[in-house]
Amino acid sequence: MTGESRTMNMIQAINSAIDVAMGRDEKIVVLGEDVGYFGGVFKATEGLQKKYGKTRVFDTPISECGIIGVAVGMATYGLRPVPEIQFADYIYPALDQLVSEAARLRYRSAGEYTAPITVRTPFGGGIFGGQTHSQSPEGIFTHVAGLKTVIPSNPYDAKGLLIAAIEDNDPVIFFEPKRIYNGPFDGHYDRPVQPWSKFAESAVPDGHYTVPLGKARVVREGNDVTVLAYGTMVHVAHSVIQETGVDAELVDLRTLVPLDIETVVESVKKTGRCMVVHEATKTSGFGAELSALVQEHCFHWLEAPVQRVTGWDTPYPHSLEWAYFPGPVRLTEAFKRVMQD
Amino acid sequence: MTGRNLPPLSLHVPEPAFRPGDTVDFADFEMPVAGAVRRPPIDASPRDVRDMAYAMVRVLDDEGRAQGPWDPRLAPETLLKILRSMALTRAFDERLYRAQRQGKTSFYMKCTGEEATSVGAAHALDYDDMCFPSYRQQGLLIARDWPIVDMINQIYSNRADRLKGRQMPIMYSVRQANFFSISGNLTTQYPQAVGWAMASAARGDTRIAAAWCGEGSTAEGDFHSALTFAAVYRAPVILNVINNQWAISSFSGFAGAEATTFAARAIGYGIAGLRVDGNDALAVYAATQWAADRARNNHGPTLIEHFTYRAEGHSTSDDPSKYRSAEEGGKWPLGDPIARLKKHVIGLGIWDEERHAAMDLEVAELVKAAQKEAEKNGILQDGLKQSFDSMFEDVFEEMPWHLKEQSAQMHDERKAAGI
Ligand SMILES: Cc1ncc(C[n+]2csc(CCOP(=O)(O)OP(=O)(O)O)c2C)c(N)n1
Ligand SMILES: [Mg+2]
Repeated sequence: MTGESRTMNMIQAINSAIDVAMGRDEKIVVLGEDVGYFGGVFKATEGLQKKYGKTRVFDTPISECGIIGVAVGMATYGLRPVPEIQFADYIYPALDQLVSEAARLRYRSAGEYTAPITVRTPFGGGIFGGQTHSQSPEGIFTHVAGLKTVIPSNPYDAKGLLIAAIEDNDPVIFFEPKRIYNGPFDGHYDRPVQPWSKFAESAVPDGHYTVPLGKARVVREGNDVTVLAYGTMVHVAHSVIQETGVDAELVDLRTLVPLDIETVVESVKKTGRCMVVHEATKTSGFGAELSALVQEHCFHWLEAPVQRVTGWDTPYPHSLEWAYFPGPVRLTEAFKRVMQD
Repeated sequence: MTGRNLPPLSLHVPEPAFRPGDTVDFADFEMPVAGAVRRPPIDASPRDVRDMAYAMVRVLDDEGRAQGPWDPRLAPETLLKILRSMALTRAFDERLYRAQRQGKTSFYMKCTGEEATSVGAAHALDYDDMCFPSYRQQGLLIARDWPIVDMINQIYSNRADRLKGRQMPIMYSVRQANFFSISGNLTTQYPQAVGWAMASAARGDTRIAAAWCGEGSTAEGDFHSALTFAAVYRAPVILNVINNQWAISSFSGFAGAEATTFAARAIGYGIAGLRVDGNDALAVYAATQWAADRARNNHGPTLIEHFTYRAEGHSTSDDPSKYRSAEEGGKWPLGDPIARLKKHVIGLGIWDEERHAAMDLEVAELVKAAQKEAEKNGILQDGLKQSFDSMFEDVFEEMPWHLKEQSAQMHDERKAAGI
C-alpha cells in the first residue's frame, strides 16, 4: 500500500522513508549528532523523535567511531540502526568500525552475526563548504568488501532506495547529494535553483515502497554514447546532453555496489562509447572501476576510449569551487572527445 | 527477554534543563565563591590536585574585585590590553558576521561570551608557545596582535588570502604567530598538540604547546588518544576544553556532563585537571599561567576546563532558538567576560566609562577600516581570486605528472569553451 503521492523534496522524502520504515518495524532506531530534538542539521530526521520517542531517535556524543560502533552493537542485539554521520567528510573516525567490523561481521562469523545498519550521510560539494563539507568519499567504501553503497538522485528514488537499504540485511552506506536536497542542479551555479516541485520525480507516495538496490535507471535513452553518473551529476549530465544535443543514453547507477552491470553493458554495447561522470577525485575513484568494467565487458564494441569526467585530484577548494566542480564546460568538452573518430 | 524476576532495563537519554519557550532559572547553580579555591604548588602531583577538577577557580567576585590566591596581580597595562583584545574580538565578530549576512562570504563563527578563554590564555603564554586552536579561538590571533586585515582576507578568500582561498572562512593558519592551521574535523588538533610538545621535550627546547577544543568535541577518540599520550610522556602541553554548554543543538550532557566535569576527564589519565570560570579573564590567565609553569618545569600536562556560555548561534548556518531557550544567555550566572573585567579595572581606578566607550568606538572603527582595506582585494564571489593554477599547487611539494596534466586540461577546456 503506497497510498497517495505528495510533492516532496529530497529531505522530505528521506524523512518519509525513515518514518514509514520505523512505523513498520519497531526495531529500527535512528542515532547521530543533532538528529533528535533538533531533527538534524539538514532536518532529515525532523519530527521523528517526537513521534517515536527518545529511545528510538536520539542524539549522540560527537564521536563518529562511537556512533558506528554502537550501531554495530545494537544490530548485534537485533535492532536495525540507521545512524547519521552529519557530513561524509566526518566519517573517517568511524572507518575502523565500518571497514574492519560492520563490513566483515557476516563473513568472519560465517553468518552468525550480521550488521544490518544503514549509514546515512550528506556528501558532495557545490555549497561553498570548503574541504570539510564537500567531499565525495564513495570510492573509499566501494573498495571495501562487504559494504553496499547507494546514492539517490531524486526524491522518489531517495525514499524507495532508503527503505530498501534499511530493510536490507547487510550494511549500507547511503550517500545523500546535499546540493540537490532542495532542487536538482544543472551545473549552472549562477542560475537560480529550481525547486523539486517542478519535476516529476518529486511525486512521492506517502506510504511504503522500495526501489531495489542494485538496479540502475535509464534516465534518457540515446544511441551515440552512454553516460554513467549518480547523485548530483545525473542532473548536470542531463542538462549538458540537452544543451549540446548529443544523442546520449544517461544511466543513473543509483547503487554502486552491487552494480547493475547488465544495464551498463547493454547500453555501452548499443552506443559503442562511454563517459563516466563523478564529482569525486579521479585517481582510484569509482570511475576507474566503471571504466575497467566497461573495458572488460565491452572491449570489442568500444569505438573510443572511455572518458572520465571527475573532480580534480586536489582537496576540495573553497573559493575555486566552480573551477573544481566537473560542470557544463568540462562535460561539453568531454562529449567532444568521446564522440571523436 | 529472560524469565528473571527483574524490573525491565531502561535507556537513559539526556535532556537539557531548558528548551525553547521555557522560563530559565539557574537557581540550582551553586555559584562558586571567588577566591575560595586553593592554589597548589606547580609541582603538585596530579593525584594531589584531584579536587581541583570539581571545584571552580574564580578570581573576580560580583563586585569586580580580584580575590584569593589565584589573583595573577597583573600590571595595569596588561589588564587593559586583555580588555582591549576582548573588545576587539567582539567587534571583529560583529562586523564579520554581518559581512556574511551581506553575502560577502560563505560562513562565519562568533566566539561571543567566550572571549576570555582565548584572550586570557594567550596573554599567559609566551608568544613562541605553539597554539593548536579549534575554530572558535580567533581571540588568540587578536591577542597576539596579528593584523586583522589578514584575517579578513582569509574570510573573504580573496586574492590577498595567504591560504589561497582554499579554506572555509575563519579556518586560519598563521605560522608566524605560532598558530596552527585549523581543521574542520573536530579534535584532530589535540593529539597534534601533544606530539608538538613531545618533540619540544625530546629536543630539550623550552617552548610548550596548548590546544583548545569544545566540550562536545571531547567525545571524539582523538581527545582520549591525546590525553593518554600526554600522560604517558608527561608532555609539556595545556589541553583546554571550552565548555560553552552547547555543541550545535546538543547540550553538554551529550558529552558526559550529567555525570562529571570535563576537567575530571584528566583524573582517569593521571593528568592535573583544573576547572575555571571561563568568563573571568583573570581566572583563565591564572590557570593558564599555573599550567604553563608546570609544563615548562617538566611537571607535565594540564587539562583546563573553561566553564562558559556560547552566547550566540553555533555559526551563520545555525538558529539556536530552535533548540534552546532564548532566556538562557541573559540569565547565565557567570556574566559576560568583558563587562566583568571592565568593572574590575574601573574598581582599580585605572579605567572609566568614558574611556571604555571610546575604546569600543576605536575598535569598531579599526575593524571597519581593516574591512575596507581587505575589500580592495576582493570578496568571495566577485572574481578577484587566486589564479586557477593555484588550485593544483601544494597538493605535493613537487607537482606530479597527473596534476600537471589536469591543470593543463582545465586551461584547454576553458579556452575551448571560450571562457
Ligand atoms: C569529526 C567531526 N564531526 C562532526 C563535525 C560537525 N560539527 C562541527 S562543530 C560541531 C559541534 C562542536 O561542539 P563543541 O565541541 O562543543 O564546540 P563549540 O562549537 O561549542 O565551540 C559539530 C558536531 C565536525 N566538524 N567534525
Ligand atoms: Mg560547545
